[in-house]
Amino acid sequence: MSLSDRWHKLLERHAHASVSSLGRLWRTPFATMLTLLVIGVALALPACLYVLLGNVQSFGQGWDKGAQISLFLKVSVSQATAQDLASQLKQRDDVANVTYISPQDGLKKFQAQTGIGDIVEDLHSNPLPAVLEVQPTLSVQTPKSIEALLTDLKRLPQVDIAELDMQWLKRLYTIIEVIRRGVWALAALLGLAVLLVIGNTIRLSTQNRRQEIEIIKLIGATNSFIRRPFLYSGMYYGLFGAIIAWILVSITISWLNVPVVQLAKLYSSQFSLHGLGFLGGVKLACVGIVLGFFGSWFSVNRHLRANEL
Amino acid sequence: MIDFDNVSMRYDPNHTALSNLTFHMAKGEMAFLTGHSGAGKSTLLKLAALLERPTNGKIVVNGCNYKRVSRRKIPYIRRNIGLIFQNPHLLPELTVFDNVALPLVIHGFSHQEIQKRVRAALDKVSLGNKERCYPKGLSGGEQQRVGIARAVVNRPALLLADEPTGNLDPDLSAEIMNLFQEFNEVGVTVLVASHDLPLIASMRHRIITLKQGRLFDAGAQLQWQANHVQEEGVLV
Ligand SMILES: Nc1ncnc2c1ncn2[C@@H]1O[C@H](COP(=O)(O)OP(=O)(O)OP(=O)(O)O)[C@@H](O)[C@H]1O
Ligand SMILES: [Mg+2]
Repeated sequence: MSLSDRWHKLLERHAHASVSSLGRLWRTPFATMLTLLVIGVALALPACLYVLLGNVQSFGQGWDKGAQISLFLKVSVSQATAQDLASQLKQRDDVANVTYISPQDGLKKFQAQTGIGDIVEDLHSNPLPAVLEVQPTLSVQTPKSIEALLTDLKRLPQVDIAELDMQWLKRLYTIIEVIRRGVWALAALLGLAVLLVIGNTIRLSTQNRRQEIEIIKLIGATNSFIRRPFLYSGMYYGLFGAIIAWILVSITISWLNVPVVQLAKLYSSQFSLHGLGFLGGVKLACVGIVLGFFGSWFSVNRHLRANEL
Repeated sequence: MIDFDNVSMRYDPNHTALSNLTFHMAKGEMAFLTGHSGAGKSTLLKLAALLERPTNGKIVVNGCNYKRVSRRKIPYIRRNIGLIFQNPHLLPELTVFDNVALPLVIHGFSHQEIQKRVRAALDKVSLGNKERCYPKGLSGGEQQRVGIARAVVNRPALLLADEPTGNLDPDLSAEIMNLFQEFNEVGVTVLVASHDLPLIASMRHRIITLKQGRLFDAGAQLQWQANHVQEEGVLV
């Protein structure tokens, strides 16, 4: 038998197994639908959280574009040196722009913002230092690289204090990290649940078809021949469960999106929730199929081993 | 074709189903297996079909020493043996055609080859017109014939039948036995376990008799009868 013949044969067997197991699911629509819904809900929950988390992250990224480092220069630094330093810093790759604010400008700004000009006017000398406002380039706008830039700038001899304006950004990222891990833990647990649901469903169907398995074993079926339709059933459960989950996630996200868009408009933002997307859907389907495969693999093998001589 | 050498089978430690059984069947031979209920007929056939492994002894079937057959290889051994039971073990969800085609599907034959061979097997058991039926719609004898068609569709070298006529009336039984004989005439080795002594006596083939898991030959039988009569005589 040639190799292509063998391939052809194998392909034919897989086609046969996949079609027949699909037909079998179709013949018990109620039971199948119930199982699929359970799988769908179990997959939808972590998928929903995952999507929302992604939205929070991109929301946070929108904010950190405003991240800015203020360099308070030492009083001894002259205006010329400060401007020199400013143009020097502008050369750096991770710096987008540097604005020099002289003590006089700073004072004016302070007066304008606080409205306590009278008190300031009473002062004989200007207490404010010169300030350089450094804007990092967009590509370094992650908490880590901003942090690195900050420590670099702190080391400059002319700088007295370097301050990152948005400490809260770091906190946001930490919180997101905590939530992210929570989502993964939940996803792992619910993934296990899907594995068990599919494993149990396949176990029941091997039990129901015990006699049939026995008979085709008698006429020379190999374990892989017996296993194949069950593996396909498991993968179908996973795939269709994932599709249901995808639908549930889409509905949930578009339902949440209505108030989110309204809220964003109040802050004159174009922000809107994004869903799973095509790639996310494909990933979800893969997760479902893999869980279905292994769930049924374990069940069928257990059955075959228990009935072997 | 079948060689049992000192074969013993114990399902549980203190009960022997077969003990020290030695017998031989030539290629192309047909034989009947008989004996009281619990004598070990089914056990012998199961051992020959590698449905069970013996506790002791050596079994060689079709040149293959079963001791050397690993678990993974068992299916390939089975494909060369046609098995028939009292209950035909058909799959109720499949049509007659698909039931008979099953061994070929498992073997991976092409679609055309399957069509050809299934039709031939069904014609052989005179069920060519029932291929679209489901097993439920067939009589007991017809179901049994479907089971036989399935057993021979792969053209195995050996047919093993365990009380294939157990549920059938005398006419049908004779018909089924004749079918086996026809297969034997084209070179298939056939071993049939049966209770139906009048029927098998009429067929002029070797009869292997088991008694409590041992081979029971005619000479010994006479001896045993003699002893028995004597004992009874003493008792009376
Ligand atoms: N799976 C089993 N587990 C335990 N004991 C068994 C098993 N199968 C058969 N036996 C025992 O082995 C002995 C032989 O049984 P076997 O089925 O071979 O008899 P038989 O000749 O086919 O009888 P019958 O004519 O009633 O079918 C019996 O005592 C039976 O109780
Ligand atoms: Mg029996």
